[in-house]
Amino acid sequence: MTLNRRDFLKVSGAGAAAALTGCATTTSSARPHVVVVGAGFGGATCAKYLRQWGPNIDVTLIEPNDKFVSCPMSNWVLGGLRTMDDITHGYDNLPRHGIKMVKDMVVAIDADKRFVKTRSGASIAYDRLVLAPGIEILTGSVKGFNEAETTGKVVHAWKAGPQTALLRKQLEAMPDGGTFVMSVPAAPYRCPPGPYERACMVANYFKQAKPKSKIILLDGNPDVVSKKPLFTDAWNTLYAGMIDYRPNNAPLAVDGSKMTVTTEFDDVRGDVLNVVPRQRAGELCAMAGARNDSAGNWCTVNLATFESTTVPNVHIIGDSVLSNLPKSGHMATNHAKVCAAAIVELLAGRQPDPIPVIANTCYSATSSTTSGYVANVFRYEAGKGYVSAPEGGATPKGDALNFTYNESWAKNIWAEVLS
Amino acid sequence: MTKKITLAIVGFAGLALSGIAGAADIHTQSIASTCMSCHGPGGKSQGAIPSLAGLDKEYFVKSMKDFKAGTRAASIMKRQANGYTDAEVEALAAYFAGLK
Repeated sequence: MTLNRRDFLKVSGAGAAAALTGCATTTSSARPHVVVVGAGFGGATCAKYLRQWGPNIDVTLIEPNDKFVSCPMSNWVLGGLRTMDDITHGYDNLPRHGIKMVKDMVVAIDADKRFVKTRSGASIAYDRLVLAPGIEILTGSVKGFNEAETTGKVVHAWKAGPQTALLRKQLEAMPDGGTFVMSVPAAPYRCPPGPYERACMVANYFKQAKPKSKIILLDGNPDVVSKKPLFTDAWNTLYAGMIDYRPNNAPLAVDGSKMTVTTEFDDVRGDVLNVVPRQRAGELCAMAGARNDSAGNWCTVNLATFESTTVPNVHIIGDSVLSNLPKSGHMATNHAKVCAAAIVELLAGRQPDPIPVIANTCYSATSSTTSGYVANVFRYEAGKGYVSAPEGGATPKGDALNFTYNESWAKNIWAEVLS
Repeated sequence: MTKKITLAIVGFAGLALSGIAGAADIHTQSIASTCMSCHGPGGKSQGAIPSLAGLDKEYFVKSMKDFKAGTRAASIMKRQANGYTDAEVEALAAYFAGLK
């Protein structure tokens, strides 16, 4: 019987063949090459652990930006608790692990021939590819948003960076007695508690600096999506009368001249508008043909290896993955570890851990001295995916101890990802 | 190419028969790495979260059991501890005790 590699893939099916393709790759190349695209929480961590656990693996990490700007803690910048410098970090330590860092942008992916093309014209071949692009924000889903964003009138600030700094400036320039209008996208979106923490951070700032001001929170969801007791407690006790929470109020349109957000019910005027549109998996996933759920928005993967269910040798980690796991930086970091461990095994022709365990830990600040958390351990079960272990859940009230843990968590995860 | 593929199949079958030899190690190593997302790279923490590197094995096991049972006051660790089996806790304790 003659069986070439391609036939073999056909008979085995893309998902089932994962372990086997690993064997084939090993035999054809002395030092396997993994290309990781995107150096955020997921991508940088994956590159680091691939080198740590697979010293015989060459790892190239492609990232267009010079610096890592952390989404977690970026709400603290809006509240004045941290500066942009505090949440901005370099990639200087990653090459020490033997990672080849390439400052470039991937513009095309050939998943059949296994190479990526970059903006500078390079073609980089891979044995396995890890995509960690984060989210694409569907700015066209809110009428007028693109125009308002281009003129700098309205930002989403849902990717930490210049928009975070701009939104902070807008809040600082707002007169006392003004109104901050923020929208929450319909789930799933990056960082489920993020919008509510942002409301707390802005309220904390207003309480100190401009106490006559108001916040209107337009939620595209029927209720607070995450840590509801924690946030509603803060809104009712720390910021009583300041926050007007409106469920089922998805923004349909925004007007940066009139400074209004239009919902199904009315036009809501504000002095500072922060519209966060709906999201989907990053464009890189589409380039690989891996944005493959029924709506073409998210990526379905084998959750024990994070390999695409339809595109062999392409792994997707972080916010782009469709699963019951929350879309958080912490979760992306831990996806990265399960994925790196699986790739090391696959490339060595061994079977990856069939029952990975993955934890999420997520702190949210409710004021400049209090935080709360949500924590869950998820255990992988074949045929079921990740099952949440008992006793997971959120704290009902923010406190000072968890605020110190929140601060420590940020320092430790940044170090874990980048050093 | 045909030969290589055949070898690959044989190799995989061998693994399948032997179950997942060494899986305890990669399983533990993988979980331990996820602890480091909060407790710092190499289990060395900055700030209020305790370091795990070099912790006494018995202290680690007892702490996790007490977190689970609720007999030791904890914020997040009761929720975390409940997610791991006793065998995993033992293996993690040995892993972190071995880190300098």
